[in-house]
Amino acid sequence: MTAYTHLSPAEIEAFGRELDAIRDEVKASLGARDAAYIRRLIRIQRMLDLSGRALLFAGVLPPAWLAGTALLSVAKILENMEIGHNVMHAQWDWMRDPKIHSSTWEWDTACPAAQWKHSHNYMHHTYTNVVGMDRDVGYGILRMSPKQRWRVWNLGQPVYNAWLAILFQYGVALHDVEFDRVVQGKKTWREAWTQLKAIARKTSRQTLKDYVLFPVLAGPFFAYVFAGNLTANLVRNLWAYAIIFCGHFPAGAHTFEPEAVANETRGHWYLRQLLGSCNIRGGKLFHILSGNLSHQIEHHLFPDLPSNRYAEIAPRVQALCAKYGLPYNSASFTRQFGTTLWRVLRLSLPGGQSLEPAPA
Amino acid sequence: MTLQPRIPGLRLLARAATGLTYPLAPADYLLPFTQGSARIEAVTKPAPGVVTLTLRPRQRLVHRAGQFVRVGVDIDGVRHTRCYSVSSPPERTDGRFTITVKAIAGGRVSTYLAERVEVGERLWVDAPSGDFVLPEMLPERLLFIAAGSGITPIMSMLASLDARAAMPDVVLIHAASTEPDLIFAAELAALAARHPSLHLHRVLSRDGGRLTRERLAALCPDWSQRETWACGPEGLLAWLEDHWQGAGVGARLHVERFRPRWTSNLSGEAGRVSFRRSGCVVPSRGDRSVLELAEASGLAPAHGCRMGICHGCTATLKSGRVRDLRNGQTFGDEGDRVQICVCAPVGDVEIEL
Ligand SMILES: Cc1cc2nc3c(=O)[nH]c(=O)nc-3n(C[C@H](O)[C@H](O)[C@H](O)COP(=O)(O)OP(=O)(O)OC[C@H]3O[C@@H](n4cnc5c(N)ncnc54)[C@H](O)[C@@H]3O)c2cc1C
Ligand code: FES
Repeated sequence: MTAYTHLSPAEIEAFGRELDAIRDEVKASLGARDAAYIRRLIRIQRMLDLSGRALLFAGVLPPAWLAGTALLSVAKILENMEIGHNVMHAQWDWMRDPKIHSSTWEWDTACPAAQWKHSHNYMHHTYTNVVGMDRDVGYGILRMSPKQRWRVWNLGQPVYNAWLAILFQYGVALHDVEFDRVVQGKKTWREAWTQLKAIARKTSRQTLKDYVLFPVLAGPFFAYVFAGNLTANLVRNLWAYAIIFCGHFPAGAHTFEPEAVANETRGHWYLRQLLGSCNIRGGKLFHILSGNLSHQIEHHLFPDLPSNRYAEIAPRVQALCAKYGLPYNSASFTRQFGTTLWRVLRLSLPGGQSLEPAPA
Repeated sequence: MTLQPRIPGLRLLARAATGLTYPLAPADYLLPFTQGSARIEAVTKPAPGVVTLTLRPRQRLVHRAGQFVRVGVDIDGVRHTRCYSVSSPPERTDGRFTITVKAIAGGRVSTYLAERVEVGERLWVDAPSGDFVLPEMLPERLLFIAAGSGITPIMSMLASLDARAAMPDVVLIHAASTEPDLIFAAELAALAARHPSLHLHRVLSRDGGRLTRERLAALCPDWSQRETWACGPEGLLAWLEDHWQGAGVGARLHVERFRPRWTSNLSGEAGRVSFRRSGCVVPSRGDRSVLELAEASGLAPAHGCRMGICHGCTATLKSGRVRDLRNGQTFGDEGDRVQICVCAPVGDVEIEL
């Protein structure tokens, strides 16, 4: 069960207790400053969204189109990542504000919040990087771990990967339908159909908004608004894809066999989160735009702690890793994204065991 | 919040606006720019440790005298919600209303409102509710019994009767521990001076003036024939209920409780867990999670990881407290969302499952 580490069970539990202590300490210190952070961010996001859309109405003028598209892209990125993703993780539930709550938030993307909370909060965060359990390991279409069997159609995965990046919001939306499991008879068509209907409902409303209502509102400038919205959605897709794939697939990231999670203790779970997650170095703005998923390790250890605290937790986690002789995978965006793309390419061919890191 | 325009063309516009702000409602899209639904316009201290807040709600408040509003206030980033009776009458025309709060030692919201709030701060106030109200057809003779902060809903009723110039034969027994603690003493005296049919009696417990059978009979000999509204501490209300029932006129007594009656012993860990939606009650020793207890009794609550990570199991606490099994801390307010997979009940607990 613990083939992936040199630590003894007692050491693993001690490691877990130290992380629990960090968690309790941060939880106890949450207060008005944190509440002000998320409220301010939501206000900024709304203003970016409004001004981006307003500028796009003047989209005949190239600078206005460029600025409008850029603002709208940033607004969508903030809404999906630093706000939506984190609110739906229940990071802000402690404020008890019913409008900034995991049970009520609905985000500006194709995937219905309820389905995402299942596939992401539960499947991905509990079984992180466990082959066959965590659907983020390849989204059912890519071979992202040498532990996954190679099949002929994996040859095409550089192409599928590019399409996944471009259409990322729809990939995320279809994620929880689990077509592969439906085909294998592990899930009923009826269940899948119910989910698909919800996705179709949401996607059509999203499409209506970005590709019909706002363009129509612009009258003769229909095409500019349409193109601006299309571009903003694309930018958001590419960005979200890049950040999310950098979270678990750069060189050095561990993947796990399902046996690894049988009878797993809290300490083991922490350890697996650490080994399966990778950070991206960057400035403050970069962290916010990445939804603080650049602190993927801290996010996976403490998925329900407010993201604005990850930066201050990171050095403490890193020191703990040094103390226990554990790796802490943190590098530049270029390195993390480059090695992730390499993994996609390498695993399109059979083998690839050399990508597997040595036990930590 | 929904848009409800009365002009037909506007309805289409509202539909379009909803499409434009999807997946949010237009009002929710703009909500981050507003801080609360009512602004504090004035803060006065009608008695020691008591504060009256004059509030101006964004949307006009429509209430019946005696009803309460739920007031949400953010303290150290956390929203706390408590009920407060509206102490001003519905006839007030300046778009404002008041609540009157008595600070309770160690009370989180009441001490905050009584000591820390300032003019200009905003609170979250929702629509009024409650059935502690006067009937449309006023009885000929009424009795009000108020103790401490329990005067607030009754003040609203009396001010409303005054505003409507419809003061029937009313006896008010107004109790507090000392004279300065009588909230609204001056306002009530003014009302009594204006309306000869309003009979005001003060009962001060510091002077040994507890309300007893004899005292009641002396102040209001025909109490059992009067439709009665009472609000005050639990001891008083329980006594009144016994007394009225004993006289066979229990139906004439209307009471408003400011806090639930204690049902559990707080120090003990064991207790009973009621799953409200399924109507199932099970004993608990306080050592198993609410989720396990629910499953052991045949329920199948939604959940995910079962280890406190995914929040797939959160359920609403209706009463009682729970212990977070991860750190041993106990917590619990009505309406708290609890991760049932990692929380065990402490004593009696009601949960929405
Ligand atoms: C329908 C309704 C109307 C109400 N109207 C008013 C009103 O007009 N004015 C007003 O001041 N309050 C009113 N209350 C009470 C109010 O809602 C709060 O319960 C009260 O202010 C205490 O809240 P807190 O946050 O300060 O105390 P908490 O932090 O919730 O409690 C602190 C401690 O005080 C105890 N406690 C709680 N309430 C009381 C109480 N009433 N008496 C003694 N001990 C208590 C608790 O058990 C706890 O140990 C009303 C309550 C209800 C249900
Ligand atoms: S089941 Fe996951 S938090 Fe409880």
